[in-house]
Amino acid sequence: MEVGITGCGAHIPRLRLERRRIVEANAWMSSGLKGYAQGARSMCNWDEDALTMAVEAGRRCLDATDRHAIRAVHVASTTLPFSDRQNATVIAEALNLPGSIATLDFGGSQRAATSALANALSVAAGGDSAILLIATEQRRTRTGTPEELLYGDGAAALTLGTKKVLARMLTAHSVSVDFVDHYRGQRDEFEYGWEERWVRDEGYLKIAPPAIRQALDKAGLEADGIRRFIFPSAARGVAEAVARKAGIVAEAVGDPLQADCGMTGVAHPLLLLAHAIETAAPGDRILVVGFGQGCDVLVFEATEAVRDTLRATTVNETLARRRAETNYDKFLTFKGLVEKDFGKRAEGDKQTALSAFYRNRNMLTGFVGGKCRSCGTVQFPRAHYCVNPECDALDSQDPQPMADTPGRVKTWTADSLTFTPDPPAYYGMIEFEGGGRLMLDFTDVEAESLDIGVPVRMQFRLREVDRERGFRKYFWKAVPGDGGV
Amino acid sequence: MATGIRDKVVILGMGCSRFGERWDMEPADLMVEAFTECLADAGIEKKQVQAAWLATAIDSVNVGPSGVPLSVSLRLPFIPVTRVENYCASGTEAFRGAVYAVASGACDIALAVGCEKLKDTGYGGLPQRGRGVTNSMYWPNLSAPGAFAQLAAGYRGRHGVDKQDLKRAMAHVSVKSHRNGAKNPKAHLRSEVSMEKVLAAPMIAEPIGLFDCCGVSDGAAAAIVATPDVAAGLGKIDPVKVKALQLAVSNGSEAAHNSWDGAHLKTTRIAAGRAYEEAGIKDPRHDVSLTEVHDCFSITELITMEDLGLATEGRAVTDVLDGAFDATGRVPCQIDGGLKCFGHPIGASGLRMIYEVYLQLLGRAAERQLPKAHIGLTHNLGGFPHQNVSSVAILGRA
Repeated sequence: MEVGITGCGAHIPRLRLERRRIVEANAWMSSGLKGYAQGARSMCNWDEDALTMAVEAGRRCLDATDRHAIRAVHVASTTLPFSDRQNATVIAEALNLPGSIATLDFGGSQRAATSALANALSVAAGGDSAILLIATEQRRTRTGTPEELLYGDGAAALTLGTKKVLARMLTAHSVSVDFVDHYRGQRDEFEYGWEERWVRDEGYLKIAPPAIRQALDKAGLEADGIRRFIFPSAARGVAEAVARKAGIVAEAVGDPLQADCGMTGVAHPLLLLAHAIETAAPGDRILVVGFGQGCDVLVFEATEAVRDTLRATTVNETLARRRAETNYDKFLTFKGLVEKDFGKRAEGDKQTALSAFYRNRNMLTGFVGGKCRSCGTVQFPRAHYCVNPECDALDSQDPQPMADTPGRVKTWTADSLTFTPDPPAYYGMIEFEGGGRLMLDFTDVEAESLDIGVPVRMQFRLREVDRERGFRKYFWKAVPGDGGV
Repeated sequence: MATGIRDKVVILGMGCSRFGERWDMEPADLMVEAFTECLADAGIEKKQVQAAWLATAIDSVNVGPSGVPLSVSLRLPFIPVTRVENYCASGTEAFRGAVYAVASGACDIALAVGCEKLKDTGYGGLPQRGRGVTNSMYWPNLSAPGAFAQLAAGYRGRHGVDKQDLKRAMAHVSVKSHRNGAKNPKAHLRSEVSMEKVLAAPMIAEPIGLFDCCGVSDGAAAAIVATPDVAAGLGKIDPVKVKALQLAVSNGSEAAHNSWDGAHLKTTRIAAGRAYEEAGIKDPRHDVSLTEVHDCFSITELITMEDLGLATEGRAVTDVLDGAFDATGRVPCQIDGGLKCFGHPIGASGLRMIYEVYLQLLGRAAERQLPKAHIGLTHNLGGFPHQNVSSVAILGRA
């Protein structure tokens, strides 16, 4: 049975930090950085992390998919916020998927996503169930390093299955080699790497080309038949060199999205794969490599289904939803690399009552309100008595997921008094299409265009970080001006 | 059939501490300052007080969560003391408790004290408060100015008012209150401000600037209430009577049902309607001599003028700019300087407002005395525009 990729989604944070700002601040101690000053890198807003990006990429992916067919959610990353609380479960609940699904976190290597992809495809091939695979990454880097300039934050999602396949899998092959180009220990904040030239010559160029050839041989494919070659590497010219050595035509090496995003770590192979599929012609063969302690090689072939012009091009869309960030200090603050004094209002205890969180998690994680069976009024939160003064029915409400319901700004303010890591705090009342309203935090606000009546899209974001206890609270926020997409 | 509270209870005496940054004062010092004046004014002895109510809203900062702090501070003779809290209407709630006790016949002399010690947090503005275990997981960290700034957006949306016109009317509200407060020795902020200064002030929560906000102060106020018979026995001729006491509390419909326009306070309209009926007031614009309303922010006062029926809906901007609520206007508002100049020690504010109306009705307001003062109205609003408590009290003589 044909198995492959049935849907794509992506989320790159709206903020794009101009690289020259990083260079300007650091060139005094590292003049070599000057060569990296072009373009911008994506950066998480203060309320984004690998988990929230995964949710958004997952939503974009599921927009075009039958959610009820999803039987598993797999999440690949080396930067998920929780080490012992399954992130995939939080993501699945934020996506409002049914509880009777399998969830799994993958990590441990930069090829976690391609390994998870190969694994999920072999599982999906065995039945008619679809798997949602999300790769997401928000790496912390030391200041003043090439990595700080080359890396970006982002997430990509794929659905895998046997129905309405966009890109069928032709082959998958893996090799394992304990090649330590870099590593990050359990207690380490930052990675530590070895010389770039050694990594290129002994690593990329000696491990990847044979693995690619083996994969192609296994499926009886010719290297020159590959139309899209995906080899994520922050080092310049490496993808081209690997392609040459593997016999793949130079034109197959695609845009690495370095200009306006950067290398998104574990997410990058999937992000580039989604981009390739979304722009592929039927019959195009796409070869993707994930590299890290060996490599995974997967080859896909675009089907006739990619002709459907109504399909969203989620990678191009998320690339286009951008705002230039010019303040390097803000980037450092959001990443926790400099400590700002936010004043006494920031000192409040942020403990979470896990019992209360658990009993309210449909509302908090799923953004599920209520809809009255008697009068049809949609309301948030779901309550015993219907809020419609004309109705007042008791225990009459069915759960009503509202995360994907478009809304509009009814009232708003920009609050400079209250604590937020990115003052001022924007919030206000949102009215939802078809009923329901709620006072909510806003995020990714374009101050110039915010006013009454502006459409909003809801996004799953960090509400608060309890640094004392290492807990993160998530909830949904309104993104003004994003209502139409 | 319920007959309401009208004319059943009179005020024997009142007291009010100086409001301000009373760095050297404990809550007990503030309560004693207000109570000493109140007791002398009432002309009774402490032991004649039969029951007491204490209002304080932010117990975690100072006063404490039971009746004990009042009883200890005043060394009350083991009488019943109840601590009440209902957001910013707390002071009026203490008064309501005392008035209801007397009206019920359970006692004939009762005390209400409101006290708040805000200036022990180490930062400006109201103390940061938790919203409770569950709400804090999803509510915005809305500050008081941020919450009330929503009213400005809602009002613009509903009435199509120009942003700048609204901002100017809001500024007029504050300029007027500062002019009044400058004459009041008990007020915290006692300087006049110009329109230009108000408009140029730093933004706190768009469109609320620094001078659109009331002060943050320490303070206490007290009232001793009794039956008309007790007052007569003490030789009090024509004392100030309670004409109405009403309270309306949101049931969540403004916050969650699209029927509310975000441009008015539903609770205030309901409480005011009931209060006018209880007091027998048919035409508030004509019958009410003065108001002390909850001007936590200039926008709140402006909209409250409509909610109390003192301005036509959608027309408050014009009325305010025309001076209808200035000291010399149609219905003077905040003749004592309001929350704007007194600041808002939450538990004390309702009683501080009643104190000013009491003085005005008795002709004891010195430099601030209004020529016509027959019926006075006080109004509190606590919480958020979309979910709040609102109290309206009406006092009068004869």
